[in-house]
Amino acid sequence: MITVASLITLLQTALPVEGEQGGGLFTAIDWARAQFALTAIYHWLFVPLTLGLGLIMAIMETKYYRTGDLFWRRTAQFWQRLFGINFAMGVATGIILEFEFGTNWSNYSWFVGDIFGAPLAIEGIVAFFMESTFVAVMYFGWEKVSRGFHLASTWLTWLGATISAWWILVANAWMQHPVGCDFNPDTMRNEMTSFLDVALSPFAVGKFCHTVTSAWIVGAVFCVAVCSWYLLKKRETKLALESIKIGAATGLLATILAAATGHKSAQDVAAMQPMKLAAMEALYDGGTGQGLKLIEGIEVPYALSFMATNDFNGFVPGINDLLRGYTREDGTVEPSAKEKMERGRQAIADLAAYRKAKAEGADEETLSSQLSSLNSNLPYFGYGFIKDEAELVPPVAVNFWAFRVMVGFGSLFVLFFVVLLAAIYRFPKALWKDHDIASLPAWHYWLAILLLPCAYITSESGWLVAEFGRQPWTIQDMLPVGASISNIGSSAVATTFWLFLVLFTVLLAVEINIMLKQIKKGSLTPDPSPKGEGSSFQ
Amino acid sequence: MHPNSFIYRAFRLYYDGFRSMTLGRTLWLVIAVKVFIIFFVLKLFFFPNFLRQHTEKGGEAEFVATELNKRAAPTLGGE
Repeated sequence: MITVASLITLLQTALPVEGEQGGGLFTAIDWARAQFALTAIYHWLFVPLTLGLGLIMAIMETKYYRTGDLFWRRTAQFWQRLFGINFAMGVATGIILEFEFGTNWSNYSWFVGDIFGAPLAIEGIVAFFMESTFVAVMYFGWEKVSRGFHLASTWLTWLGATISAWWILVANAWMQHPVGCDFNPDTMRNEMTSFLDVALSPFAVGKFCHTVTSAWIVGAVFCVAVCSWYLLKKRETKLALESIKIGAATGLLATILAAATGHKSAQDVAAMQPMKLAAMEALYDGGTGQGLKLIEGIEVPYALSFMATNDFNGFVPGINDLLRGYTREDGTVEPSAKEKMERGRQAIADLAAYRKAKAEGADEETLSSQLSSLNSNLPYFGYGFIKDEAELVPPVAVNFWAFRVMVGFGSLFVLFFVVLLAAIYRFPKALWKDHDIASLPAWHYWLAILLLPCAYITSESGWLVAEFGRQPWTIQDMLPVGASISNIGSSAVATTFWLFLVLFTVLLAVEINIMLKQIKKGSLTPDPSPKGEGSSFQ
Repeated sequence: MHPNSFIYRAFRLYYDGFRSMTLGRTLWLVIAVKVFIIFFVLKLFFFPNFLRQHTEKGGEAEFVATELNKRAAPTLGGE
């Protein structure tokens, strides 16, 4: 205890942080956001590979089940070994986010915990009962259960992980578009009024489909990268040639689905978070028939309007329109930022007045009148914490470039998988007659290998768009980051930020080391002996 | 317990599986170290529950209400 306390004191005095919550180089808000981002980014290094490689390993085992060919059993076991390494490294990395809610974001936790807590709890229960149960059968049950039950366990392991992802994304989707709740001024909590509205929110459905299909891309690129390394080294050739077919086909399907679901997500964002869309496009002054910028100065005509509204001439508001207020095509009015801020301040004042009156034992008529005023301004409650309308604009540069990285590489992956499949199946024959995928020039394989970090960067970029574009809100329109954070000093948060950085870096290095060693070993699993021995880990 | 009973076979699945692990031992060691650090170092020393530290049970609503009220922006008319 003394040693730990001394270390904390040493770190706090050594860190270049100044001031407490409200001032200095980096405030507590900056450190808390950075810490949450670091934890989430690190967690998201493992989840996509679990979802994507899980799908691929299940397909491999299905081939074994259907053919009875022991080659497919060895192949499935090889990919399950890599799945297991990633799964083990990722376990519990998400728990730290929940710790951060309770320490750094206590106002947020109390304000929305009644809703946010439910999907997180379900995620934990589902993960515990489904994934952990069936992953044990998957690894330990090769000679102990029937082929059919083992195959079902492998698919259920993947399905358990996917269902877990659903609930986390339900929670995140609720932050972006809060539904199915009412605010209780007595408990100071948003209370769930409809579980189905929260669980099946259209925003959640769109986010889930897009996130999961993008994770399949990461799994597919990983599979192709490992296969390419084997082809480069002229090792495990049969495993590489057969696996790369499954990886490439899964990848192409995933990229097409990710593009389609991304289009739906963009429309959801246009409808429910127009400021995020405006930041993604660095669109300051909107209008009809808006083009989609590739980079500043080069745009695809009408594409943004189509992406946002399914209408080439649809109106897309810019940052200035959203701050100034504007009249929509249907005649309804989007209030200006100033009006929202005024109404938000009124809501906060009404809430304080109601609580004071209730504590003093005011009559029902007085309380009812104050509640009525509060409820009429409640949709703008969060704006009451905004001091300057400039705070309502997310970081435009981050959103703009993160979106382009995501879509740019996403488009590249479509091309990559099409070309790869063409090369594998030599279609058209005339183009590929002098080429054999097993003996291409080395740079081809290195290109496929180098696309693996690009896949991770693409996947993380999507989350940068989602979360930076949400700023300044922790809950859209309801609670900004400045109101969500606990009243804590910046040095305490900074300390844990640096601790995490060191811890995560070490864990990541360990994982990469173990993963590379196993890839170098190859598919060692021998065929089962007549006595029926043969674990997947050798 | 009968060797053909479900409970016995489930037990043997885990028992034999854990005993025959090779790479799995390394992974379980990593998991154990990680979980220990997360729950017994990070949670205990660095991530206390802020509200429990600063309020009594039942006082959370008033605490959060006060915090939010303090952070409200000044009225626009008064600026």
